[in-house]
Parts: sequence; structure tokens; C-alpha cells
Amino acid sequence: MQGFAALVRKELLRFWKVSFQTVAAPVLTALLYLLIFAHALEDRVQVYEDVRYTAFLVPGLVMMSALQNAFANSSSSVIQSKITGNMVFILLAPISYLEFFLAYVLASMARALVVAAGVLLVSVCFVELRLAAPVWALAFALLGSALLGALGLVAGIWAERFDQLAGFQNFVIVPLTFLSGVFYSIHSLPPFWQKLSHANPFFYMIDGFRYGFFGASDISPAVSLGVVGISFALVTAGTLALLRNGYKLRG
Amino acid sequence: MSLSIARGEFFGLLGPNGAGKTTLISVVAGLVRPDAGAVSVLGADVAADYRRARRMLGVVPQELVFDPFFTVRETLRFQAGYFGVRAADPWIDEVLHHLDLEAKADVNMRALSGGMKRRVLVAQALVHKPPVIVLDEPTAGVDVELRQGLWQFVRRLNRDGHTVVLTTHYLEEAESLCTRIAMLKAGRVVALDTTRNLLATFSGLCLRLGLERGELPDGLAARVLARDGARVTLRLDGYAELESVLAQLRQAGVAIKEFELEQPDLEEVFLRVMERH
Repeated sequence: MQGFAALVRKELLRFWKVSFQTVAAPVLTALLYLLIFAHALEDRVQVYEDVRYTAFLVPGLVMMSALQNAFANSSSSVIQSKITGNMVFILLAPISYLEFFLAYVLASMARALVVAAGVLLVSVCFVELRLAAPVWALAFALLGSALLGALGLVAGIWAERFDQLAGFQNFVIVPLTFLSGVFYSIHSLPPFWQKLSHANPFFYMIDGFRYGFFGASDISPAVSLGVVGISFALVTAGTLALLRNGYKLRG
Repeated sequence: MSLSIARGEFFGLLGPNGAGKTTLISVVAGLVRPDAGAVSVLGADVAADYRRARRMLGVVPQELVFDPFFTVRETLRFQAGYFGVRAADPWIDEVLHHLDLEAKADVNMRALSGGMKRRVLVAQALVHKPPVIVLDEPTAGVDVELRQGLWQFVRRLNRDGHTVVLTTHYLEEAESLCTRIAMLKAGRVVALDTTRNLLATFSGLCLRLGLERGELPDGLAARVLARDGARVTLRLDGYAELESVLAQLRQAGVAIKEFELEQPDLEEVFLRVMERH
């Protein structure tokens, strides 16, 4: 387990050394979304009773930032190591594929939680928030960032060039997060789009996380947690299978 | 291919580009999975018992790779950590000292020259004190002075009981360092013997001649090792044969403008082995 601990430390230090880019930048981006959407929609949209639109928006932005950064962390670390060739140092070490998986996912979760805390801290300077069920919020933050950390690992292993990874991020991850109900409740959508949103795993992560704040959500948080949990289990099984076979890592 | 290297040996793997030296090392290190066959390091199978096998191996990769996020010391501490080494700093300091990298310990990897990065690669391979050290072209791009320092250090490790496996394009390095050598061509071992025996197989002398005029008599054709226009290299079994060869040339009316008599070196042996196979 010592090799595993060293790999976790390496991954944490990697993003922390460039925290201006990996933490400060996403916090600022989320803040800009908050300011712009709140200004444009504050008096026009009300999703839940007693919840102002700006307050509704905050948990979605926190979770979106967490998920995107969890993905970015593992995927960029793996592809950089592959392209620069320094992945060899990890592959030469007596580290099992399971330890490898856990180390990258844990580091992704750490970055996601740091970014989430940053967005939340900055937001409460502008918006009054309550935290109705913090354990639910934490459960979704942990499981959601683990899922995206694992997905990032898959993308990083699969991609051979930076543009392939950017494609995965821009054409899969970003649309799914934007269309997950971060900026709106899916109940405001026409029936067809509502149904389609239910096929988007990101919707359950955002909706469940939001339940932790307002005690209200589009669907039951237990159902959402189940969906996110099953998604994580499936992605984990797939990732471990790739790692066990040495897919694109060991020739 | 079947090859075994004894504990404590200083072993050389030689072969032209594409012979399979790096692939062989990658299989031993677990970086490439073989389609068939098995490899073990000090009794540990590299697939079934990979943790033990990898702990016993220190590999210096051929490519000049590094992690641009970290300093030299951070790089070495992480590498030690991957192998479960605790309190690695005293040994890291010693390795840095021997590789003349002390002044660069807290410098980011990006800021190092090619030769320095190469030495950090060597340090990374040694950080867990592996009993077997594999060096894949460790001196490419390292200047002469530092190369000497590096070899001194590796020789010391070998004297202390470490097994060293080396690939290099500098055949004089292999000749002076390695006690036993395997020559590879197209994925096969084409020669395997002690360095001394390999040199002795091709015992005798090389007579290099530059011909001014005349044709080499047929009686000498069997002795030709190499021929390039008017430049001919002949093989002699000993100094005693020199006189009769020169007499044959004189009788054939050959005039000589250049004359050189040499002991064969590993390069000669290597070229002849490669030609034969």
C-alpha cells in the first residue's frame, strides 16, 4: 500500500502545484456563470417555492465544477504522462492496477472537493444558502466526483493525442453537464426533453446534490444515488478491465 | 530466445537498432507482455510475482523522460515511495552525490540539461537499491567526463554485488565493462559468451592495407575480412604469418601505400558476427 500512498501524494501535488489553473480558474468561471445567469434570470425564474433562482443555481454550479474538475484531473494527468513518457516510472513500480485506479480516482475526488468548496465559499458571499441535508450533498459530491474521476481515467488511457481528449471533454462531458439541469429544473422542459434528461446520469448527480441544500428535488434522492452508484460501479468495472489488460499502457 | 544472466554479472546486450534489446528489457520490466514464454528476476516471475520482480529491478529507460511538474528531489522521493521505501533521503543524497547532481536537487526537471536528465533517470532506477540494474543506452548524450563518473559508480555497484545489464552503442564501453555479452539480431541471440572468449574467437590480427596498384592474389582471398575499393582488411592468425602474406603480395606485383596491423576489438567481433547471421 506504500506505493499507492506515494502515487496519491504525487497526483495531489501535481494539481496543487498549478492550483491557479486547477482550482482558482474553475472557481472564477463558476462565479461568472453565477453573476451572469443570476442577473439575467433572477426575477423571471422560480423553481422551488421559497428558493430564489440565484440560490437554486449555486448547488448546480458547485456540482458542475466538481464533476468537470474530477474528469479533468485524472484525464489530463494520464495523457500527459503517456505523451511525455513518464508513465513508465509508475509502470515499472510494484503497484497493482487496482492501486493505480484508486490513486487516480482519489486524487480526482480531492481536486473536485477543493474546487467545490471554493465555489461554495465564494458563492455564499453573494447568495444566502441553507443546507437542509448535508449528508446527502456530501454523498453525491463524493460519488459523483469518483465517477467522473474514473471516466477521466478511461478517457486519458484511451486518448492518444490531446485533441482526442479535448473532443471527449467538449462533445461528451460538457454537453452532458450543461443539459443536466444545472441552470433549470427539468420540470420546466417539454415532456420529450424531460424524458431524455432522465437518460443523462449527470442529471441525477446535480439533482441529488441540490436536494442536500433545499430538501427538494425533481426526483427522490435515493433513486438518484442508486443511479449514480450503479453508473460508478459499471464505469469502475470497465476501467479495471482495461487496466488489468494493460490496454494502451502495457504493450 | 533463451538467456540466463548470473547474479553479480556485468552483462552486455548488443545488437543493431531493431534487434530487440529494448523489447527484451521491456518484457523483463513488465512494460510489454510477451505472447509466449516466461521471464523471472532472481526467481520471481515478472507476471505472476510482479511485485517482487519489480522490486528487484532498477531500469534506466532509453528515452529521456521526466515529469515536468517536479524537482529532482521530489521525483526521487516519489520514485522511492512507489517502491515502498521509507526515509529514502540519506540514500537519495548519496546517489545524487555520486551522480554529481547535488547542486540540482531542488531544481525543476525542466531546467536540467539532457545529460543531467539522463543522470536523474539513473538515480531513479537506483532509489530502491535494486539488486539488478538494467541500463538501456545510459550514456547517450552524456559527455565524456560524466560518462566516466557514471561508469565508476556503476562499477562500484557491480562490485558491491549488484547485477548489471547494459545495452550500449559504444562497443568500447561494453568491451571494458562487461564480463559477458549477448549479441542480438532480429530478436535472436546470435552470440553469447564471455567478453574474453568473444575476443579470442576472432583471435589473430587484422592487417589493413591500402593498395596502390595490382590485384590481390587468389591465395589470399580466404583471409579477406573487409574490402572497400583499394582498401583491404586481411586476417592473420599471428605475427608469424605476416612475412608469407607480404611475400605473396610482392610476387603478385602488388604495391602497398598504407599498412596497419591491429588487434581485433569488440567492434570487429560484432561486425563479423552480424555479417555471419
